[in-house]
Amino acid sequence: MFANLTSSLDFQAKALVLRAERQRVIASNIANADTPGYTGRDISFKDAMTEATAEGARTVTPSGPSDGTSDSRHIPLHASTTSFGTRALRYTTQTQPAMDGNSVDMDRERANFVDNSVRYEATLRFINGQAKTILSAIQGQ
Amino acid sequence: MSMFSIFNVSGSAISAQSQRLNVVASNLANADAVAGPDGQGYKSRQVVFETVPMGSDASSGVKVNGVRESNEPMRRVHNPSHPSADADGYVTQSNVNPVEEMVNMISASRSYQNNVEVMNTAKTLLLKTLQMGQ
Repeated sequence: MFANLTSSLDFQAKALVLRAERQRVIASNIANADTPGYTGRDISFKDAMTEATAEGARTVTPSGPSDGTSDSRHIPLHASTTSFGTRALRYTTQTQPAMDGNSVDMDRERANFVDNSVRYEATLRFINGQAKTILSAIQGQ
Repeated sequence: MSMFSIFNVSGSAISAQSQRLNVVASNLANADAVAGPDGQGYKSRQVVFETVPMGSDASSGVKVNGVRESNEPMRRVHNPSHPSADADGYVTQSNVNPVEEMVNMISASRSYQNNVEVMNTAKTLLLKTLQMGQ
């Protein structure tokens, strides 16, 4: 029962972690905008989210020795705080090829950064709204 | 909390860019310096940036790998009345190109501002995360 109540919250939490990771990746790109030979990185959010939700489904499966449990009554460890897999992390291409081999396009990165921070806040509001909904359901008033 | 490492990443970039600004200031200050008694004038200096991995492979900061001196030929100006003029009446000055340095300065200051803004945004988001569920 309680798992049903918080399962959608779990989904949003995963999205929030991925948004934070992407924010970090874009911050690295902006920091390295003047480094020769640096290749920009970015996350395919769709792939990362698919991986994260599949990962969650895997940990829900019956516990075994691989989950860090040694007894059938143990609760398996959740890997919800791990970062995205390497499949979702990709390299960016040069929009305006530069002599120094740097593939960071500052306009694109700034736009991505703002876009990602807005979506981070949106996810945060979803979580807050759902928490309020659950609380009012518990209080029944 | 992975977003805290944004402060390390952007902080390293801010420090590297400020070092670049320092070098530009040094170059501009010495743009008109003439060669000393040893005949060696001031050589233009440039910082070389390098990526530093921070934590996971996705986040990387910047550091200044070194400061290199330019190999451009020194500027020679014909000014026989100058006390440092050689036998032919030429004065050896630094090889700083002031226009290049001004462009370098603007680029460094823009990058600096960008990284400050990134830090501010990350701080705002983290503060909002702290208020989650309230």
